[in-house]
Amino acid sequence: MNTLILKTTSRFLFTLLLLLSVFLLLRGHNEPGGGFIGALVAVGAYALFALAHGVSAARKLLPLPPLRLVGWGLLVALLSALPALLLGRPLMTGQWFSLLGVKLGTPILFDIGVYLTVFGALLSAIFGLEEAAHHPSEDA
Amino acid sequence: MSWLLVLPLLVPLTTGILCLVLPGRTAQRVLGLAGALGLLAAGLALLAQVQRQGIQAVQIGNWPAPFGITFVADHLSALMVLISGVVAVAVALFALAENDQAREGLGYYALGHLLLFGVNGAFLTGDLFNLYVWFEVLLLASFVLMILGGSKAQLAGGVKYFAVSLLSSILFLVAVGLLYGATGALNMADLALRVERVHPGLLTALSMLFLVAFGLKAAVFPFFFWLPASYPAPPAMISALFAGLLTKVGVYALIRVFTLIFTHDTGFTHSLILWVAGFTLLLGALMALAQGELRRLLSFQLVSHIGYMLMGLGILTPLALAGSVFYALNHMIVIAALFLLAGLLQRLQGTTVLVRMGGLYGPYPWLAVLFLLPGLSLAGLPPFSGFWAKYTLVAAGLQAGQYGIVAVALLVGLLTLLSMGLVFAEVFWKKAPEGARAAPGGLGGRVLPVGLLAVLTLAIGLWAEPLLSLSQAAARELLEPAGYIQAVLGVSR
Repeated sequence: MNTLILKTTSRFLFTLLLLLSVFLLLRGHNEPGGGFIGALVAVGAYALFALAHGVSAARKLLPLPPLRLVGWGLLVALLSALPALLLGRPLMTGQWFSLLGVKLGTPILFDIGVYLTVFGALLSAIFGLEEAAHHPSEDA
Repeated sequence: MSWLLVLPLLVPLTTGILCLVLPGRTAQRVLGLAGALGLLAAGLALLAQVQRQGIQAVQIGNWPAPFGITFVADHLSALMVLISGVVAVAVALFALAENDQAREGLGYYALGHLLLFGVNGAFLTGDLFNLYVWFEVLLLASFVLMILGGSKAQLAGGVKYFAVSLLSSILFLVAVGLLYGATGALNMADLALRVERVHPGLLTALSMLFLVAFGLKAAVFPFFFWLPASYPAPPAMISALFAGLLTKVGVYALIRVFTLIFTHDTGFTHSLILWVAGFTLLLGALMALAQGELRRLLSFQLVSHIGYMLMGLGILTPLALAGSVFYALNHMIVIAALFLLAGLLQRLQGTTVLVRMGGLYGPYPWLAVLFLLPGLSLAGLPPFSGFWAKYTLVAAGLQAGQYGIVAVALLVGLLTLLSMGLVFAEVFWKKAPEGARAAPGGLGGRVLPVGLLAVLTLAIGLWAEPLLSLSQAAARELLEPAGYIQAVLGVSR
């Protein structure tokens, strides 16, 4: 899509949406929000950017290919389940500690894993669909 | 030692994730084999633990049962996990030798291990809704594996597989929801205590929903049509994994719910299971005889022999259940070996259509032996593991006075022998037909996993006592659910 308005606003919205997604991720700790919804907002940011500037430009803003992010997300979620085992508790028992007065725990790690997994999976689907729409011959 | 129970889940999950994270093909191949070997080791350790200390239970996240999700390992679960480890190792070795670069690049190892993750989760969970989740995990992985590589036959088979799997998932979910509505419980041990208060007629109706849902997954009469339409499509390194593991998850689920939860009216439910078993046995065996393509033939044999596992469940005596468990374990090994072997033959002759095959006995006499070991084991001939499995079931049937099903079981044994004999005659004995490909290229390391499985079925046949006594222990636990309930809930009935 080649419109000046979308191209300009998408740059600002991209940053704002990503910030919102991190806010939602962290807020999910005790209030409505969480990794899943946060990732959806982040995917929205990238999808908007891809619509305005093309998929390849959006891909350049990613540190890793989307599917690789799924792997890392799963790995982070898996790591959140393990500390309990090392302490002799059942798998996935939440472990908590305080850092400078902020209560932290393994559930936030799990949420980050969910965030990355959902983000990577949805984005690879959206990028794939968008690319197939523009180059139908490649996937036919 | 609660981590031993979750190890069969953590090993394939970690392997699958690492395969997604590490891009290199060599890394994935190493991980693929290492993960399978790790799973086998974890299965052995878990079985040893169950053997020493009885039924193991873990409350995930430390949420006490019946509110949280419980994982339970009794003898049945531990044995199923162990043998799926054996199948996983064999298939991983085969895949290494097959060196299918395209499918490896598309994530074969990651998906394979996520499939194992789902299968083992289904074997170990003690929660009915969680069982549904594990079914979804293994189905998602299997959907992608089924069409991995995207050949036309795979897509055609994949659509049928997808549709039927979704249908059975929906039925399963509806059944779980209704059962929850009737009892207020999802934890299987808790359900076993609470179903007493449900109206028996309602409970029977619910049990029928579960029978259909799991029957679709296990491919029993009259729901088996999808299996021979889809299993022959993917290459051997995928279809052997499916044939060895997936239908057994359905059988496991049937055994679990029809010994733990639905035992209120065995005169009706288990007699019905016996009828289903008989028709599955007979129709599968007859259809197998009518096939002209090896992998379809094997798929019908797979269907037919699911009937034996249901036969023990239907008779519901300690010996019969032990026979069912033993049969399932033996069949996982044997059918995986045969599907891998079909892959070898496909490679040698470029086809698995029987009329276009032949003449392999001359150049490959050892391959004929390799076929006969699992082939005769499938037919239930001594001294192979299949003989003891069938012997146990037949003996149990005679003891219980179920002469009809015993006659069917023996007849199907003969039909299976006939079918295996036909395959042997067509593939090895007959002269190679005009224009048949004469052995292009060697088989290399592909023979090793088939050989291992074939030797294993012979070894179990010659030394059946350990596995048989383990199966009997499993059957005892299944028929005395008090131990299971005690392990999960910490209270007795």
